This record gives sequence, structure tokens and C-alpha cells, in this order.
Amino acid sequence: MGLSWMAWTWQTALFFALLLATLVVMTLLAALRPETERIGILGLPTTRGDRLFLTLLGAAFIHLGWLALAGDAPLWGASILSLLFGAALFRWA
Amino acid sequence: MAKPRDNRAWLLVLPVVALVAFSALIPVMTVVNYSVQDTFGNNQFFWNGTGWFKELLDPSTDLGGRFLDALWRTLLFSALCLLIEIPLGIAVALVLPRRGWGVAAALVVLALPLLIPWNVVGTIWQVFARRDIGLLGAAVNGLGIDFNYAQVPLHAWITVVAMDVWHWTSLVVLLCYAGLRAIPDAYYQAAKVDGAGAWAVFRAIQLPKMQRVLTIAVLLRFMDSFMIYTEPFVVTGGGPGNATTFLSIDLVKIALGQFDLGKAAAVSIVYNLIILTVCWVFFATTTRGQGEAGR
Repeated sequence: MGLSWMAWTWQTALFFALLLATLVVMTLLAALRPETERIGILGLPTTRGDRLFLTLLGAAFIHLGWLALAGDAPLWGASILSLLFGAALFRWA
Repeated sequence: MAKPRDNRAWLLVLPVVALVAFSALIPVMTVVNYSVQDTFGNNQFFWNGTGWFKELLDPSTDLGGRFLDALWRTLLFSALCLLIEIPLGIAVALVLPRRGWGVAAALVVLALPLLIPWNVVGTIWQVFARRDIGLLGAAVNGLGIDFNYAQVPLHAWITVVAMDVWHWTSLVVLLCYAGLRAIPDAYYQAAKVDGAGAWAVFRAIQLPKMQRVLTIAVLLRFMDSFMIYTEPFVVTGGGPGNATTFLSIDLVKIALGQFDLGKAAAVSIVYNLIILTVCWVFFATTTRGQGEAGR
């Protein structure tokens, strides 16, 4: 049985590969550099995993917002914004 | 010296991971793949980039308008369900017997609606609320109120919300009852010594002690009502007009009715993101209060 029914494209394959790589890195980090929860600007105890979850969720909404509001501007703008958002979360959340 | 943690137990989770991969991960990946493509059947796909998402997020397009309307209807439905079921569930849990044969009897009666499959609940209410042969519909019409859920949007809403309340308030009751039973008698004795009234006992003892189960109840009821499909589909079919076409019903219409897999995939991704966000917000706000109370 092939995978043609899944209708892969190289773009989505790259997306999932990057996601998987992130999860692998986070797993290795968790094993090699254990951490404790901390309370940041959100006022909630967060771990690295929590911050990654919020980064990914926020990135999805940033991209959707960009598509809705930015007209024909290239989508890279949203990706750069998302990276900044993620960096801020990992630093201060 | 800190003891190194043994994480080998995670290997035992592998079978579940494999199972979830087949039942959830692969379908989700496929949906993501569909959402950037268009198909005319025959398993042939054409790249469409972010086209569907753009259309979806623009309320002036057909897809965008539909999505927004269905989203508001679904949010309203979830809000109504939560607003009725949570207070009602707490109230019923508070008056349930605490000991004796009444406990078992009450719990069995309460659990009954939870055991009925969704489509059966839908069929029950579809008949129950009919104006010609339904007990409820005929009785209300006998009182002189022209009740017709097949034609009046408000009546359709009342029927669908009443059905959800009937089906799921028991769940809230059972969760709250479990939370109440876990409160040691000493708390009540202390309240009695202090001369606290029923309201003070509820505010200071029962409600805080129920917080954890209420979090679960709100989350479960939100997710279930936000993704409800079968019951309103059986009762109203999304009508009259589109009055009770919730997101899930609209999604199935797009995916299987029109076979627009790309559009449907884009809708389901945004739908999923909304659920994830709301659940996270619920979870974060409720556990945050707990953390402060615990310190």
C-alpha cells in the first residue's frame, strides 16, 4: 500500500519533519538537561514543553492572522513574527 | 545528591503511541496535507497553498461567511450548555442524599442518560418534541403555544439545548457529587461551630473543594458541546434553514456533501486550533487559582 492517499506535498512533509525534529530535540534536552517549572510573565508555572506548546499554538494563530490581515504580503513575515514570539515566550514565560 | 530518574518506563507507552499514530496522528497529517491542496476526486490533488485558509478567514467569501456563522452558533450553543448544566449540576449534587439506599437509587437514575448513545438520544428527542405525536411537543401545543422545532429557529434551539441538558447534566452532577463526598466531615463541623449558614458553607468549603472536578466538568462539557454533531443532526438536520448548523455539521456538509476536501481540511484545522486554545485557557485559569490557594 502506498502513501498516495495521504496526498503528501514536500511543503507539508518539511513542516512535519521540522516538528518531529523539534520534539526529538526537546526530548533529548529533557533527558540531558532536566529542568524545573518556573513562573514567568504569564503567572503560571511553565516547563519548556508548555512554552513550546504555546509557541506552536501562537505561531498557528499568527500565521492565520497574517493571512487574514496582511493581504498579499509574503507569509515569511508571519514566520519571523512567530520566531520572535517563541523566543520571547522561552525567555520570559 | 539527586537521584537520577529512570525513564525506561516510557518504553511501555510505545504500544499506545503506535495505536494513536494510526487513529489520530496519520489522519491529522493527512488533513494538513489536504488543507493546502484541491481535489476533483480520483485521488488527484493540486497545490493550492494557503488559498483555502485565506478564503476561510475572509467573511465576504462563501466559505468564510459560512464558517463565521457556524462558529458563532457553536460558541453560543456551548455557552448556553455550560451556563445551564454547570449551575444545575452543582445544585442537584448538593441536594442528593449522602447516605442510605437513596444514594444508589439516585446515582443509577442519574447515570441512565449517560449510557444512551448519541443517535438514540437524538431520535428520542426528535420524536418527543414533535408537535403531532411527541409527548412534549403535543403537550406544549395543547397549552396553546405554537411549538414547532422544524420551522421556528428559536424552538429548534430550545429543543437542541434541552436535549443536551437532559443528556449531560448528569455527568456534571456525578463529578460534583464525587467532589462533595471527598470533603471530610470535620470541615462541616468547623463550619457549624462558627455558625456558618448554608451559603457560607457553599462559598468557603464546598465550591473550593469542588474546583478540581468542576475544571474537568467544564472542560469535558465544553469540548463535547463544541464538537457536537450527532444529536442536532438527528433532531433538526441543521435546520430550519441553517439555524442549528453547528461547525461539525457544516464540516461534514463541506467534506462529504460537496466533497471539498481541501476546504473541509482547512475548516477542521482552524476548528481544532480554537478548541486547543479554549481548553488551554480554561486549564490555565483554573490551575492558576489552585496554585495560589495552595501556597
